[in-house]
Amino acid sequence: MTTTSAETVIRPARAKTAAGSPAVRRGQGFQHGVWFTAPFLVLFALFVIWPLLRGLYLSLTDANISGDGTSFIGLDNYTEALDDPLVWESLGHSAYFTLLVVPCITVLAFLLAMLAHHIERGKWLWRLCFFMPFLLPSTVAANLWQWLFNPGTGMINHVFGLETPWLTDKSYAMPAIVITTLWWTVGFSFLLYLAALQGIPAHLYEAAELDGANAWHRVVHITLPMLRHVTGLVVALQILASLQVFDQAVVIQDFGPGPEGSTRTFVQYTLEQGFTSYRVGYASAVSIIFFVIIAAVALARMWLLRNREEGVR
Amino acid sequence: MTTAAQQTRVRPRRSWTPSQIVLTLLGTAVSVVFLAPLAWALFTSWKSETEAVEVPTHWLPKEWTGQAWTAIFETGNITNWFVNSLVVSVCVTAIVLVTSALAGYGFARTEFRGKNVLLGVVMAGLMVSPAVLGVPLFTTVQQMGMVDTYWGMILPQCAPAAMVYILYKFFQGVPRELEEAAFIDGAGRWRVFLTIIVPLSRPSLAAVGIFTFISSWNNFLWPYMVTNNPDLMTMPNGIATVMNSYGIQWAQLMAGGLMAGLPLIIVFVFFQRQIVAGVAHTGLAGQ
Repeated sequence: MTTTSAETVIRPARAKTAAGSPAVRRGQGFQHGVWFTAPFLVLFALFVIWPLLRGLYLSLTDANISGDGTSFIGLDNYTEALDDPLVWESLGHSAYFTLLVVPCITVLAFLLAMLAHHIERGKWLWRLCFFMPFLLPSTVAANLWQWLFNPGTGMINHVFGLETPWLTDKSYAMPAIVITTLWWTVGFSFLLYLAALQGIPAHLYEAAELDGANAWHRVVHITLPMLRHVTGLVVALQILASLQVFDQAVVIQDFGPGPEGSTRTFVQYTLEQGFTSYRVGYASAVSIIFFVIIAAVALARMWLLRNREEGVR
Repeated sequence: MTTAAQQTRVRPRRSWTPSQIVLTLLGTAVSVVFLAPLAWALFTSWKSETEAVEVPTHWLPKEWTGQAWTAIFETGNITNWFVNSLVVSVCVTAIVLVTSALAGYGFARTEFRGKNVLLGVVMAGLMVSPAVLGVPLFTTVQQMGMVDTYWGMILPQCAPAAMVYILYKFFQGVPRELEEAAFIDGAGRWRVFLTIIVPLSRPSLAAVGIFTFISSWNNFLWPYMVTNNPDLMTMPNGIATVMNSYGIQWAQLMAGGLMAGLPLIIVFVFFQRQIVAGVAHTGLAGQ
């Protein structure tokens, strides 16, 4: 659907330039196109494509960090990774984190946006309050919550009258990181929802009101369907970002793997293998597996979107 | 003039209906929850180190002291980190703006062999990040001899496929008639780009610039991987590693954290409208 419409838009224009100008123009176009894209493509090739290819190559070797005495070992790293309990465990931790964060952040961002959208006074103030934490560096947010979660001197236990060992108990360590992440990043999704809410045409609500729909009906039958697109976007962006969680998790646990290794995320494990155990080859293999997972999620989203578009039209 | 402006601003405001009162109270309560951690950090930074860890804990300092703030400036390298953060973020933002605007335009409006293949490759690059391919990226930068250098920190952050994609989408929407009129007048591609396209796309470019600056200023993972030289660290990096290493001094850590967060917060207060539009724009463009 998208491709056909793009083609019909582009074709007449192309035909016009081809007809209106001699073939020389086309040759110029070639040069110009290359020069426009070249600076970016050079950086892209050096720092995205090359590392990807290099990672593929390294994953088939027993390379260490110094790069000396590397030999080709075929798929050994991959078979080892699939048998490595820590690969699965850390992948499980990242997945668990994602499973907790994504629904919470989506619902919370929606509610905050509804609140900020419907309060008539001081809109800038609500926006400022809900978005501000997002402007902090991840490490600062993590340090701040590490301090808040401190069982003895922290504010959380003090305010709520708890004695929860947030950061030192296996069952609370990950939820603590989730709470930190919610506070820190919900502002971004909040803004996306707010922008989408402002884009809903007012006449839809007016018409519904004339038909006697109450506030609840208007939310369920107008707001939520109109926000379907942005919800899909928020969920997709959050899944991809959450699977790559690293900063908060390590900083809040003083760069360790957490109580009984319960907050060691997948990214953390690849870096441990690469920079602590110096097993660059093995770390590359684990990274490539991770890349395949991320790519699968991204492609699944594109596939879902295409199906949806076909269904609608 | 002033009164007219005030009138137009006042008119759309409705009176305090019961539902508005409830919503405003709710909004205030939620805002307090959101701001409390920051207030806690601020108050902690004005306590002495011993008072900061006192049990039972309390919000306001009993004795206000700027000791933590003076300490971070006297003993630490926080001013170094601040300058490093500034240099890295400004360079990344400048390079990204120029290269991705050019590339976005090239992909949207010029024809050359292999364009669609290249565009597909760039789109695939959306899935690659330092978190996913950190170790191979590090060995690449190591090979180039850029570990522990500014360039090593800056350049790998300068190839964001997402920004090219956003500007590509935007440039596709610019009416071709505007360009064609200029071509007929004899302007070349570059002139058209600089005199017509760039001024038209200022809001989009601002969005990309703002977003790039925020993510670069706050980037922890890549600087963390590429340098462990305290003189080269950026704010998030230095605070997380050096200040966390020998027995945490909480008051100082909070002061340092606020130092890292404040510049963006101050910028946000002044340019709120643009930043909100920018974040919404860059985010929504992902659709």
